[in-house]
Amino acid sequence: MSNFKDTFETYDWDTLENEIYSFTSFDVENVLAKSRITLEDFKVLISPEAKPFIEQMAQRSSALTKKRFGNTIQMFIPMYLSNECQNICTYCGFSMINKIRRKTLSDKEILEEVNHIKNLGYDHILLVTGEANKTVGVSYLKKAIALIREHFSNISIEVQPLDQEEYETLIQEGLYAVLVYQETYHKATYKTHHPKGKKSNFDYRLNTPDRLGKAGIHKIGLGALFGLEDWRVDSFYTALHLKYLQKTYWKTKYSISFPRLRPHQGEVQPKVEMTDSDLVQLICAYRLLDEDVELSMSTRESEIFRNNIINLGITSISAESKTNPGGYVVDPESLEQFEISDVRSTDEIRKMIESQGYEVVWKDWDKSYSNFV
Amino acid sequence: MKDVLSIADKTFASRLFTGTGKFSSSQKMRDAVLASESQLVTVALKRVEVHNESDDILVHLKENHINLLPNTSGVRTAKEAVFAAQLAREALETNWIKLEVHPDPKFLLPDPIETLKAAKELVDLGFVVMPYIHADPVLCKRLEDVGVQCVMPLGAPIGSNKGIMTKDFLEIIIEQSNVPVIIDAGIGAPSHAAYAMELGADAVLVNTAIAVSQNPVAMGVAFKMAVEAGRMAYLAKLAPIKQHAVASSPLTSFLNE
Repeated sequence: MSNFKDTFETYDWDTLENEIYSFTSFDVENVLAKSRITLEDFKVLISPEAKPFIEQMAQRSSALTKKRFGNTIQMFIPMYLSNECQNICTYCGFSMINKIRRKTLSDKEILEEVNHIKNLGYDHILLVTGEANKTVGVSYLKKAIALIREHFSNISIEVQPLDQEEYETLIQEGLYAVLVYQETYHKATYKTHHPKGKKSNFDYRLNTPDRLGKAGIHKIGLGALFGLEDWRVDSFYTALHLKYLQKTYWKTKYSISFPRLRPHQGEVQPKVEMTDSDLVQLICAYRLLDEDVELSMSTRESEIFRNNIINLGITSISAESKTNPGGYVVDPESLEQFEISDVRSTDEIRKMIESQGYEVVWKDWDKSYSNFV
Repeated sequence: MKDVLSIADKTFASRLFTGTGKFSSSQKMRDAVLASESQLVTVALKRVEVHNESDDILVHLKENHINLLPNTSGVRTAKEAVFAAQLAREALETNWIKLEVHPDPKFLLPDPIETLKAAKELVDLGFVVMPYIHADPVLCKRLEDVGVQCVMPLGAPIGSNKGIMTKDFLEIIIEQSNVPVIIDAGIGAPSHAAYAMELGADAVLVNTAIAVSQNPVAMGVAFKMAVEAGRMAYLAKLAPIKQHAVASSPLTSFLNE
């Protein structure tokens, strides 16, 4: 069976970088005149030369998104189950070397958090853990999903990469989606940021979406962590990954996230800056490349940015997120993964969305589709 | 005689069926549906809380003249579709189901094999089955054989607003069909709907074009009028289109000499 590594290895980072930085405005105009945007065109749209065309790209992105997704924005919320972690990730608050108190939620604590989240109105949930196989391995996740599935129509996870059979087990329990970000597609840079733990295995992480596709997952979320390397090249690789997966696992749906490094416990701060205007350019470029892919925005971004981004191509957002286990009610002071930026309440976000003429969608899946009622 | 459309046990004065997705609010959806005078409105099972009486979408559709048509959007197999349909029947108290099986979540194109399989099972379980399918004349006959009460071939890729791109196949389907033919998907403008009706479609289903319009209420009315105009033109028999100018009969005029 194929895997993305084979495709990935036919590309060279430096060659791509040179190419992306040597387009002309003539190239951009040619691409914008086309009705179907290819991966090659995507390179042009994320290049510095496309920046002056950002309004034109935004107009087109906005219209395409409305056609496909209508006047709607989906809402979801993360729930951190644990901050235990055996990896060293230089940019992450949960990194093993950060000497702080660790916490993993018990069943009772999970249900207390669930109760709070349900009262806010959420029906789609994202479960997050660090990577600690003994405490938050597959059996813990399986139990957590079984515990909460009657409360949510749609359950996603963002946890350590797993084997295909492990994913199959969790899908059986009612898992809908898995988010797994490569962080960076620059192999050497990846190594320096992930010196220790299972996560230091670049190839295993790179082929994770393949294992998910083979397991028959409904949705896979992709992304790169912006700040580690040149965002343009990392985004090209992400788009390449997306297109490979869409062709290979055509029954699976895909989403893209755009995490930019946020302040956190630990020392490494962004090496490469990605500006607001860069991020808008990237979001629009994705939409022009793919009319159907879900584009997701977290509370890492600021109020003003989030207010303005929802009609530019984004289709789902989170609100009021806590990035620490028990953060909603059980243990608000536990270690958080990173500081969020937009701290507005769910209700304030709902009103902001509605005031722009969009309907908030809380439910867009049904338990019965996984044969659970 | 009054021109009404019959499907299974129901009759419809309006030949415009509508959807509930993509509107900027449930109130706007309701206003547009009422303005369109549509009597059959499809709602995705995955979007509603079927056991919640105050579900926002369902509450906004509580009208005597509106029949709810739950759809199975999101299912990937016949098995999932049958399961979802049973849940919808139980919760929404209707045995009507719009059967949508699209294993491909990107283009949302229907799987003909799973659709046929699910249609047979659902008919056997007593459902009124309205299958969303490609404009495939043979598939339509096969579905008719298993007992569906209508067929819903697509005019163009769903949500594309491109209009009637499958015309040649739709014409064959309309000519051959013993059950109503409802053109679903791709209708982006009232002129497309009118054209579909002129071709002889029994009804059309329109969602995106109304929901995403700047003024969904006005667009709902525009579609209502277009569907009526198209139907009226069909019944009145359109004058044939002349393929070439026919000024004289240069080849056969000698016969008269």
